[in-house]
Amino acid sequence: MNEENPSVETYIVVFVALLILAALTTGIAYINLGTLNTVVALAIAAVKMSLVGLFFMHLWYSRGLTRIVVLAGFFWLALMVLFTLADVFSRSWIKPPGP
Amino acid sequence: MSESAASSPLAAPSARHLSPALHHQFEDIEQQRDAGNFGMWVFLATEMLFFGGVFTGYIMYRSLYYPGFAAGSHGLEVNLGAAMTFVLLASSFTMAMAVHAARAGRRGMLLGLLFATILLGIAFLGMKFTEYSHKWHEQMVPGLNFHPSLTELRGAPEHAVELFLCFYFFMTGLHALHMIIGIGLLSVMAILAWRGRISCEHYNRVEVSGLYWHFVDIIWIYLFPLLYLIGGRYK
Repeated sequence: MNEENPSVETYIVVFVALLILAALTTGIAYINLGTLNTVVALAIAAVKMSLVGLFFMHLWYSRGLTRIVVLAGFFWLALMVLFTLADVFSRSWIKPPGP
Repeated sequence: MSESAASSPLAAPSARHLSPALHHQFEDIEQQRDAGNFGMWVFLATEMLFFGGVFTGYIMYRSLYYPGFAAGSHGLEVNLGAAMTFVLLASSFTMAMAVHAARAGRRGMLLGLLFATILLGIAFLGMKFTEYSHKWHEQMVPGLNFHPSLTELRGAPEHAVELFLCFYFFMTGLHALHMIIGIGLLSVMAILAWRGRISCEHYNRVEVSGLYWHFVDIIWIYLFPLLYLIGGRYK
């Protein structure tokens, strides 16, 4: 594999971005956005995860096989969450027969 | 390696990195490194599902008992949680730099950065311990010492707050366990580096330990907003 590796400058930029995003998550919690508070917090977490994954964990520079493993992880996680929620929240739709 | 493979034009020995660090089952050092990384990524995919179990339970029960989760979350110290986030992000940075140093074959720099990462990890665990002991003194530990006051319940049913705290202790506890394992791994790497067993050709062990460390950091990136910031902190 002729993969390139991130430079020290890249690591520093990513680190500073992560610190800013962490401060942003905490700061936004003190502003009333209603239900959007959770959405924004999770969106920032997703950006932070991507930064750590792509640069600190070198996914940006790695080959397809590694990326498929990551996608497979997310896929099975999504199946677990979605099927569980589909079960729990559809239970009240059908009333069981009987007295 | 067979004679025919060695003499084939596709596998010219000059194109290979034959080194004493190469294990016999691999063609060359790059393949060995790829296999190591791939193995760790497969392990991390199983870890995603391992943590995914508690995250799924969390999503379900948070939807069913939201007031209890919000009340329990308001009882956690946001500043301490934020400080832990900063410490862990810093440790991820020093870890990434440690892999960089290992790749460059800079032993002194690698040792220093591994040591910094371990110290930041211990600082994180120290803060976690402080937080747990606060919870114990507040009598907010489900099953062992749970006697919440009315202000701590914030109008939510007691069992729902208790459920949130169960998730809090299991999720952070599982994360802390991974941190302890990570610190153990990095200590082994530091010993190997000290003995000169990590070289610019043979640094895959450090790289793989780094992947694990970053994964544990990513788990915390989600735990912080999910546990400490439910329902915001605005007045």
